[in-house]
Amino acid sequence: MKVSSPQFKEKSVIALADPRLRQALGQSRKGFVNKRAELVGALPEFEQLRDEARDLKNHVLDNLDHYLERYEAAVTAAGGHVHWARDAEEARSIILNICQRVNAKTITKGKSMVSEEIGLNDALEAKGYTVVETDLGEYIIQLAHEPPSHIIAPAIHKTKEQVSELFEAAHGGPRKTTVAELVTEARLVLRDKYFQADVGITGGNFLVAETGSSIIVTNEGNGDLTQTLARVHIVTSGIERIVPTLEDVALFLRILARSATGQETETYTTLSTGPRRPHDLDGPEEYHVVLVDNGRTKMLGGKFQDMLRCIRCGACMNHCPVYGAIGGHAYGWVYPGPMGSVLTPLFVGLDATYDLPNACTLNGRCESVCPVRIPLPELLRELRHMQHQQGIRPQGERRALGAWRFVAERPGLYQFANRLAARVLKGLGGSTGRIASLPFAGAWTDSRDMPAPEGKTFLELWQARSKP
Amino acid sequence: MPSSPAARPRVGLFATCLMNLFRPNIGFATAKLLEEAGCTVEVPSAQTCCGQPGYNSGDVDAARALARQVIAVFEGFDYVVGPSGSCMATLRVDYPKLFAGDADWLPRAEALAAKTHELLSFLTDVRGMKAVAADYAGIATYHDSCSGLRSLGIKAQPRLLLGAVGGLELTEMRDADVCCGFGGTFCVKYPEISSRMADEKTANIEASGADTLLGGDLGCLLHMAGRLKRQGSPVKVFHTAEVLAGMATGEGIGGTSK
Repeated sequence: MKVSSPQFKEKSVIALADPRLRQALGQSRKGFVNKRAELVGALPEFEQLRDEARDLKNHVLDNLDHYLERYEAAVTAAGGHVHWARDAEEARSIILNICQRVNAKTITKGKSMVSEEIGLNDALEAKGYTVVETDLGEYIIQLAHEPPSHIIAPAIHKTKEQVSELFEAAHGGPRKTTVAELVTEARLVLRDKYFQADVGITGGNFLVAETGSSIIVTNEGNGDLTQTLARVHIVTSGIERIVPTLEDVALFLRILARSATGQETETYTTLSTGPRRPHDLDGPEEYHVVLVDNGRTKMLGGKFQDMLRCIRCGACMNHCPVYGAIGGHAYGWVYPGPMGSVLTPLFVGLDATYDLPNACTLNGRCESVCPVRIPLPELLRELRHMQHQQGIRPQGERRALGAWRFVAERPGLYQFANRLAARVLKGLGGSTGRIASLPFAGAWTDSRDMPAPEGKTFLELWQARSKP
Repeated sequence: MPSSPAARPRVGLFATCLMNLFRPNIGFATAKLLEEAGCTVEVPSAQTCCGQPGYNSGDVDAARALARQVIAVFEGFDYVVGPSGSCMATLRVDYPKLFAGDADWLPRAEALAAKTHELLSFLTDVRGMKAVAADYAGIATYHDSCSGLRSLGIKAQPRLLLGAVGGLELTEMRDADVCCGFGGTFCVKYPEISSRMADEKTANIEASGADTLLGGDLGCLLHMAGRLKRQGSPVKVFHTAEVLAGMATGEGIGGTSK
């Protein structure tokens, strides 16, 4: 997927001015936040489950080579194939080769963020394949020719009315106006595609080392139809999504659904282990897993290993007030919000992503809800440190920081500068006690008054008071 | 809980940059409350900034330089207390991280961190204060500033003491724990996003029916007051310490309502 993160500021300003985006984001996010809070409150051991999930993920990441080898052996034993992709290009070409070999024409897809990450749809369409997204949200944005704006609710930025318009344009009238009508229409259109599909591509929420199974969770059942009815099932997944045993999956399912959509469990949890066996009633003839590195091994063993614990629940963005204001598209790549602001710079480079770690108030709400306790604010701060060291920070900011340090290291000068500022700013405030417009501080005063100081600093008043 | 080292402990008052420049009244309110809590208050004149602007901007060297300065100035006190969750979290939580692996400075940073407290947490958790002798006629709503809430666990403490203020009715706004959009340099680097976040906040403040907004961090208060005043809101804004000390008089932060 193309990276538009350098346009973060422009895109965020456009997003802020979009009333339909504000309406769409406000409603669904509040739903996620409230439902999560309700369910977490009803599960006394939730905090303990978060600790266990964090510890288990850490254990897997510390022994990732071992578990990946065990997983590959288990998939092979079940009759499936594991393919290793170092980067997006390798991943695309592995999948294109499979599709070509089996003479595919129609390809259905369950929701997969890794497939977005490797730019799979464009590559498949360029080769003439018919690609049909079967997740309702993904289907909507496919019709709109837009990237996802949220990792579990890809069309969260669309209002019902916008979906209505898109469906009318794609399926013909009469225009459907209720959610039930829209869902029914999508189901009817998609139903045929499942049967036409030669290849079904899904993501993998969990890959089980013990059994070689891939597991997806959905609320629509679209993933099941995608992977069961096509001749060939391809799973695309990051290498970090391994869990040791099925027992461990149960732990993650409990925290995933609660953190993501505020459900005790998602409607469908589906396990796939290898292709169809002789006595199976259904299932694909071939089963492939494409394990994508694409920058992940570089994060192992370093300061950003914690980020590899991510189970892609979306709670961080649901609770992020910056994401809530601007939505996901401004972030400019596949992964938006707090987790994306850490991942995108690591995956596509610090240069093109300057704003992402900085467009954050470090308020910590994301970390407080992360089911695997990723210290997101600390990782964002670490990225700022790397930007600083590599000289990526704009010169104006560097100068301001340098001046601040120079003054703050000299208490006498610092006190003098503050006394001066207190007087000047009080003067500018006049009798109102606030400043409506301040040269060089338009970034503050364009939208906010600046409360004026009292006229003298605390330290000088304290010293004056303390004198005998 | 730290032991109380003396009958009347010596507290070094940390004068946060914004308080020192914009609102000395909060500093005097802090000193008054600390004295009421049985402490001797001193304000070292060699103090400047805690270093957080550097730390949050990725300039770790600058942050360390200022942290060393703060440690040297304050390590002789029994306690270090300031009216800000944000600055005090820097001393208490971040300083030890800044000096990880530094055999000389880590022990000093950790020793300072252990005796550093945000004002409301100090008054209640350390000094056991349960009541104050102050009155305030009004309906107030309290904004949980992020660093205080999530780094220092400050939520119940201000509400406990505010509940003891005569005449004050405390009403909760929706999303009291959601960031106001200040975020230090964030508010001027991304002013449009910051203002939208402030709008969400001011809408919740207005909807709460409160006539007064209270909080424990002047950065957030300046930001919310600035937006409220720009919108023509009559809501008054004070630091919690000003109310608890009986020093919340006048028009509050941001001045008159007209």
